[in-house]
Amino acid sequence: MTDIAWIEAALTSARPQALGALLRYFRDLDTAEEAFQEACLKALRHWPEKGPPRDPTAWLIFVGRNAALDGVRRRAKLQELPDEAAISDLGDAEDAMADRLDGAHYRDDILRLMFICCHPELPATQQIALALRIVAGLSVRQIARAFLVGEAAMEQRITRAKARIAGGEVPFETPGAAERAERLGAVAAMLYLVFNEGYSAGATDAGERGALCDEAIRLARLLIRLFPSEPEIMGLTALMLLQRSRAKARFDPNGEAILLEEQDRSLWNKKMIAEGLALIDKAMRHRQPGAYQIQAAIAALHARAARAADTDWSGIAALYAALERMQPSPVITLNRSVAVAKVHGPAAALALIEPLENRLAGYFHFFGVKGAYLVDLGRHEEARAAFNRAIALAASPADAAHIRRHLDRLTDGSTAIGGR
Amino acid sequence: MLYTILCYHQEDVVCAWSAEEDAAVMQRLAVVQENLARAGKLGPVVRLLPTTAATTLRKDREPPLVLDGPFAETKEQLLGFYVIDVADLDEALAIARDLGEANPGGSYELRPIGLFRPGATSP
Repeated sequence: MTDIAWIEAALTSARPQALGALLRYFRDLDTAEEAFQEACLKALRHWPEKGPPRDPTAWLIFVGRNAALDGVRRRAKLQELPDEAAISDLGDAEDAMADRLDGAHYRDDILRLMFICCHPELPATQQIALALRIVAGLSVRQIARAFLVGEAAMEQRITRAKARIAGGEVPFETPGAAERAERLGAVAAMLYLVFNEGYSAGATDAGERGALCDEAIRLARLLIRLFPSEPEIMGLTALMLLQRSRAKARFDPNGEAILLEEQDRSLWNKKMIAEGLALIDKAMRHRQPGAYQIQAAIAALHARAARAADTDWSGIAALYAALERMQPSPVITLNRSVAVAKVHGPAAALALIEPLENRLAGYFHFFGVKGAYLVDLGRHEEARAAFNRAIALAASPADAAHIRRHLDRLTDGSTAIGGR
Repeated sequence: MLYTILCYHQEDVVCAWSAEEDAAVMQRLAVVQENLARAGKLGPVVRLLPTTAATTLRKDREPPLVLDGPFAETKEQLLGFYVIDVADLDEALAIARDLGEANPGGSYELRPIGLFRPGATSP
């Protein structure tokens, strides 16, 4: 790896902590970002010659803070600027700085930086864009490409979101335990939004947008390092790793989505699976179940099955039942029915979802799943009606085509249709 | 004579590498490793998963204490390691407890392995 690539990776990894500390110091996001930017430029100038400092993060905070203070002085014409070489030749100052960074503040600095992106008045898309810009440090162009919008439109979106959080109260005092837990929950939800933005990409843009999944995982690992004993953060990280592990198996060469059961499991990323399984095992030892842990445990049962036929469906049904108790939702019941169908057959599954029809009347998957159970029960006329409703609700041509194949097989007289 | 080379680096920096950068590093390492393997000088090669996936068993007390995260003390030194093949973390912890009973004091860090090449040497 070249010097520059190493420096860029170091700047990326230092960003949340350095920017978080600068934000605490200046209490203004724009000033903090400018200060960090200045420090990065200086790093790119000085590190290749002098070698990287022992503690790059402390260096960036120190240099960034001085650079921003110089800016203030320059504007105020208060005093002469110190020589730049004097600023960057840190020596002992760097050690002292590192001592002061001994973890007392930086945990809350990073959490605060992530938390301001979760402002409840910001719509999800703006939270995601802001987090990618501020915390992950992606360029506006990179974010625009991931969202498939123009650079100017994304710039505007981010500026608007920033103006909104600038108007709000940014909590600078050290949070209490309850507040910290609340912030952590909001940040976890925001990271999962970032992940899903990448995960929902189609085959054609899975590369560009898929990178968002990796950013979300990187930031989630950072949260674990800050809060090493939070089972839900472990659960969230495990969930994202296990879902991301299937990236190479999710689409066929024509870009059609491949169902989990039909994926080539040899394409699943074993490293990510091992990390995800270790994390969910760690989380479950705490015996404080949460929604992320349960979803990760479901993903783990899929990951542990060498072949689709080896899947522990009764375990998955039990986990969905637990999730349902925790967060009652017709969509979760619908998902549980898929596992119930595997264990107890289509009649039990159909009985489970029939009461949901009113609430899921506009949900594509409901009618796809219902149609599949009816086919398995030999009730072809009703199956056809369900599939037709699914096609009417399909959000994409690919979804509609998938259901149409079910319908075609019905017309053929073939009944070999798997669940979803 | 057998030697082990223990690899240290800043994890958050390595985790910030792009997939391409990571692959390029692994590719360059593979070239060196292949030469060593051909000369019969290469034993197991292991790349560990991030420390965020680690669990530590402190066996300096009875019963031993399970902690989230990597081994973090600086007073103790790395004296050896095992590679075990287990179904899950609970089985790994059970083995670590058995080993700890035979040799109390200190800690074991349990960290999943991301890449394992068994290699072959003739000591």
